[in-house]
Amino acid sequence: MKFGVLRFPGSCDEVDAQLAAGRVGEAVLLWHRDRDLQGCDAIIVPGGFSYGDYLRAGAIARFSPMMEEVIAFARDGGLVLGICNGFQVLCEAGLLPGALLQNTNRRFTSRQVRLEVVNSETPFTLACAPGELLSVPAKHGSGRYYAPDDQIDAMEAAGQVVVRYAPGDCFNGSARDIAGVCNQAGNVFGLMPHPEHAVDPLTGSTDGLRIFESMAMAAEGVRG
Amino acid sequence: MRVRVLVRPKAGILDPQGVAVEQALPALGFGGVTDVRIGRLIELEVDDPAQVDEMCRKLLANPLVEDYEVQLLDGAAGTAS
Repeated sequence: MKFGVLRFPGSCDEVDAQLAAGRVGEAVLLWHRDRDLQGCDAIIVPGGFSYGDYLRAGAIARFSPMMEEVIAFARDGGLVLGICNGFQVLCEAGLLPGALLQNTNRRFTSRQVRLEVVNSETPFTLACAPGELLSVPAKHGSGRYYAPDDQIDAMEAAGQVVVRYAPGDCFNGSARDIAGVCNQAGNVFGLMPHPEHAVDPLTGSTDGLRIFESMAMAAEGVRG
Repeated sequence: MRVRVLVRPKAGILDPQGVAVEQALPALGFGGVTDVRIGRLIELEVDDPAQVDEMCRKLLANPLVEDYEVQLLDGAAGTAS
């Protein structure tokens, strides 16, 4: 299992993502100006402030050469995980539905949140039990998930709402407490909280590992 | 040609910046202010103004959450979307 973690100017969580993925497989960094996915089985678009968040978070990064390759990889069914800024990039790229808007509290907020696993049958949550709560950090200023109501209805019916903030933990004003969604095919997943920062007991929780373990299981054809 | 693009949050979408300004004005003694919305103003020099609409849809605005309006500053009428 080989993960590729994108690195843009302004990324800041790519090394943590590489270390987290490295606990379940091999993980390499992929520079945004390159076009070679290096035979990776899964791609992670990491957190940070790609291109300084100019214009809108994720708006410029989606046009980088490497993202063009990632879009083609995703269209072919490849596993793509977007975390925080990576989620924003995937929404801007049209790989995921919806948009991330400024938090209703108007603050950059950094805190531990509990994530409820709504759909445990995606390639990103196979290792989780339905309804399981994962304790992971969240840290962002623009993480308010938005999509039109009728679209969210359809996404909920199709199992595309993968994780929600547990009651009381949705600090950013996201529609229906949504923390992470997948595409219709289920091979692209984005979430605002950071599973890659919760993989070592030293930092309080190892729940984030479940996401990476799930991806490894899915890539190796093991169904939970 | 000089072109101005105005980008606004779509109606019905909460604009936290607008709310903050709306709440700040009364503190300065300005009453009677409601529905403050904050957007973005982009000015560009373009050879072909016909391309600006596509620029807006692909990059300058996010059509899911923002409306945009294109104004041609050299006298011709603008278009809104």
